Amino acid sequence: MNRGRLREFLISGRKNVNFLVGAFIILSVILVAVFAPFIAPYGYDEANRDERLQPPSQKHPFGTDDFGRDMLSKVIYGSRITLQIALTGTLIQMALGVSVGMISGYFGRTVDKILMFVADLTWCVPGIILALAVVTLLGKGLTNSIIAISLVNWTQYARIVRAKTMSIKNQAFIETGIAFGEKAPAIMLRYIFPNIVPAIVVMASMQLPSTVMSTTALSFLGLGSQPPSPDWGLALSNGMKYITRGQWLSIFPGIALVYVVFGFNLLGEGLRDLLDPRMKSL
Amino acid sequence: MSSYIVKRLIQGFFLVFSVSVLVFAMLYIMPGDPIDQVMGWKVSQEKKDEMRRFYGFDRPLHEQYLSWARKAIKGDMGVSVRTKLPVLDLMKARIPITLKFTGLTLLFDILIAVPLGLLCAYWKDSLFDRLVVGVSLFFTAIPQFWTAVLLILLFGVTLKVLPFNGYDTPLHLVLPVAAGVLGSFASTIRMTKSEVLEVIREKYVTTAYAKGLSKSAVLVRHVLRNAIILITVLISLSIPWLISGAVILEHIFGIPGMGGLMVNSIIMQDFAVVQACVLVITVLTVVFNILCDLLIGLLDPRISLSLRGGER
Repeated sequence: MNRGRLREFLISGRKNVNFLVGAFIILSVILVAVFAPFIAPYGYDEANRDERLQPPSQKHPFGTDDFGRDMLSKVIYGSRITLQIALTGTLIQMALGVSVGMISGYFGRTVDKILMFVADLTWCVPGIILALAVVTLLGKGLTNSIIAISLVNWTQYARIVRAKTMSIKNQAFIETGIAFGEKAPAIMLRYIFPNIVPAIVVMASMQLPSTVMSTTALSFLGLGSQPPSPDWGLALSNGMKYITRGQWLSIFPGIALVYVVFGFNLLGEGLRDLLDPRMKSL
Repeated sequence: MSSYIVKRLIQGFFLVFSVSVLVFAMLYIMPGDPIDQVMGWKVSQEKKDEMRRFYGFDRPLHEQYLSWARKAIKGDMGVSVRTKLPVLDLMKARIPITLKFTGLTLLFDILIAVPLGLLCAYWKDSLFDRLVVGVSLFFTAIPQFWTAVLLILLFGVTLKVLPFNGYDTPLHLVLPVAAGVLGSFASTIRMTKSEVLEVIREKYVTTAYAKGLSKSAVLVRHVLRNAIILITVLISLSIPWLISGAVILEHIFGIPGMGGLMVNSIIMQDFAVVQACVLVITVLTVVFNILCDLLIGLLDPRISLSLRGGER
């Protein structure tokens, strides 16, 4: 994106309420994650036997868990995990989806048919079942559950990128590139890829909420992050154990999660309107 | 028409076949072979080789797949390592429970969301439309498992009016189904609304108005009837998603269905059970999708025509 277009983007961005509010929310989460050690009153795994399952109070605004750990600190540190999920999950999905989509769209014919059959296959299987199967193979843990969710969500990218590639590859500047003797990988990377970046950014921001929610769901099932991680999904699953005695355990990590998902939703809507108004109909 | 059915059935067969190959392959992607995992390191190499020959692990892969598939079709999915029971016995009682739970969720989703979507399209941009769309969008930002937790906190713990753990009475299904519907009704409303808006623009709707029919008659007899086919297509597409939700909700509410079984088996590393669950759930999903497509093909001849490449 050159300077003029960037300025144009920023000017129209200032008028887009969704984008502004979404950006504000996500920025606040990033700040909290970065400065977690300075903001959090306690460490996230600082156990205190005498203060087990304390309801919210002045000392512990969000209460304490079954080990007497401060929930506010857990929620604050948990934002790091959530952003890690958002970032790495998106990168893996993107890498997989964009490469499959471009190869499929550029070469067409048999390659396209095979790759799209694989994508369709992933589409037909219930997402969580596929993710659970992958977690079974790789074992429990945050990284593995991020990989599992990525293996489910990449097809969306592949579809969009494939469609974009197919419409771009017949344009004159591609033929020029081929006439200059450029090889297929160079054509894809230097000629096609820059033209589909906006679509990928829009796609990524629209996929972020589901990536965060599904990965957290795996943690909630006990298959993602393992204790003593401050992962919000894990905290909520711990809250289920004490649902009759410590309701606050189930409330604050959930609010934090909804705050982030809501922020990504707004950011996605805003980015879509700003970068790719035609996708509005989708 | 018949060529459309044949085409769909062939596609479906390929899908089921590929899924079964993948599930079969799961066993081999795991580090170490099944004999090592079951027998541990104490057993001698000779004994293990003997076992491998006995179970046929030394034969070529395609032969192994065929004998595995033959057994699976007969319902023999191996033995659960933890409970020492045949996997089939573990699953028999659970399949209908999951089907019932998912079916009820789908039913209430349609009963609530389709009329709302229809009215939203009819009163487009009214206060009602904005309110319904706003509320449903709000629920898409809430992960389904947290909706379930909140429902439990409100109705189960604070008000103590509904049970939230188990599957003994019909009342036990109220909260899980409510959580399922809250998780999926936003997309159903949106799909219904956009389809109905499409149909409202059609010429036969204008004609119906010109005939002097009342608004409600046009809406139900002409608009909804035509939109319902497309809505069915879209709802059938959301089935995999619905089943995903069911897995998590069953785990939360302690419903003894396939989802709960699967999650527990993964935690216990009971591999044969997981494998069987993946296979059964996926095959059910694919079969259900094909049935939906066939139904749609029967309802709307235009769809099968368009698949034949426009020949008239």
